[in-house]
Amino acid sequence: MGAITPVGNTLPEYWKALISGHSGIDYISSFDTTGFSTKIAGQIKQFDPSLFFDFKEVRRTSKFILFAVAAATEAVKNSGIEIQQYPDRVGVEIGSGIGGLEVMEEMAYTLKEKGPSRVSPFTVPMMISDMASGMVAIKLGAKGPNSCSVTACASASHSIGNAFRLIQRGDVDVMIAGGSESAVCPLGLASFCAARSLSTFDGDPKKASRPFDANRDGFVMGEGAGVLILEDLDHALKRGATIHAELIGFGATGDAYHITAPAPEGEGGNRAMKLALKDAKLSPEDIEYINAHGTSTHLNDKNETEAIKFVFKEYAYQVPISSTKSMTGHLLGAAGAIELIACVKVITEGLIPPTINYETPDPECDLNYTPNVAIAKKINVAMSTSFGFGGHNAVLIVKKFS
Amino acid sequence: MSLSEQEIFEKVKQVIVKQLGVSQDEITKEASFTDDLGADSLDTVELVLALEEEFSTEISDSEAEKLTTVGKTVEYIQKNLK
Repeated sequence: MGAITPVGNTLPEYWKALISGHSGIDYISSFDTTGFSTKIAGQIKQFDPSLFFDFKEVRRTSKFILFAVAAATEAVKNSGIEIQQYPDRVGVEIGSGIGGLEVMEEMAYTLKEKGPSRVSPFTVPMMISDMASGMVAIKLGAKGPNSCSVTACASASHSIGNAFRLIQRGDVDVMIAGGSESAVCPLGLASFCAARSLSTFDGDPKKASRPFDANRDGFVMGEGAGVLILEDLDHALKRGATIHAELIGFGATGDAYHITAPAPEGEGGNRAMKLALKDAKLSPEDIEYINAHGTSTHLNDKNETEAIKFVFKEYAYQVPISSTKSMTGHLLGAAGAIELIACVKVITEGLIPPTINYETPDPECDLNYTPNVAIAKKINVAMSTSFGFGGHNAVLIVKKFS
Repeated sequence: MSLSEQEIFEKVKQVIVKQLGVSQDEITKEASFTDDLGADSLDTVELVLALEEEFSTEISDSEAEKLTTVGKTVEYIQKNLK
């Protein structure tokens, strides 16, 4: 696994921050936020692209692609797979909700102010959402199926779920799967502000993302990438791989309800959870931890709570839940990947990261959200939920490997 | 603007360093953008755009195709600068 997140630029840094309840949210430093109703985000700090790209390449690569390559490189290195030995059996599925938005924004200005002949020839390859997958394949030599899902905040989860299916079908042995996003630019921020999706909390930025808390008022944007190496079991055993967990279930549904609001009572989300359980051949009580979508919006957290109660019934009140978006912010198309990585670490480390900033319980959100402090607990099976604008629901289940 | 050939060469070198990331010493008049300086097809398009900006001039696609070396580029700019 590999990760580049607002709380750490590598997997170990990311996990350490989650367990310490450390927030990566701060005032936006990359542009002037005068006039914006939200001035905070979870940004990547001190990232050195020259670790992965030469000078010329950095100029022609947008940030979401840089992050994807960083996370994928870490993941592949950690996994020990030797892609050059079987390149067409290694595929890539790295999703992004928006792609190279900062490039689109810059080139829109160039077009308007200087005309079409001044638009950079690199605009298209920097902008399109599939280029994270494309560039990872170019850098790592993976020649298997190369695709990605674009499902807003569920992009990474769908990409991972689809990668899972490709391995199950026997089309590939290994998939480099996850998500990447970097939309914290003036247009991205303004757009989400305009949709009234973001927290306008003007106190300490680290306290703004407060999933399930009664005073939550919207999400905080984040950027980064997460990548997992999925591998066919026999292939992994044969090469003596270190297996961290087993991906056992994927459920996907559509709300068919609204362009931004989730379906009432989390109806679409609960069906996705049920499908994931069915795919994993498990009953609800087998789930020992839920990493919630938990964006810190009024509607998501309420609806997701209802969905969990619908599926898990009385057990909903016992199962530990947490939203790591309280610390990282909402990484949009990358969220599902870094959150599934958190689930795997929960299983291997026996520690549950908290939902920080949980100060005032909301009667509509009355489950166990692991408030503020990490809990030590042996967890064998974890579920990760992701719900995207447009009603895209994706749920993944991982299990301890034995 | 009226610039000497040497001044043009210096400016062209700066643009190439910025665009292609190569060192100044590699940029000789004989150097081919694609064979010697590592430019691919998109790099050369962007290079032409950058030169147009730098010298406030226009270089058509058909003209740009002929500018395969640094020397030919310097010559073209000198001839076409107003």
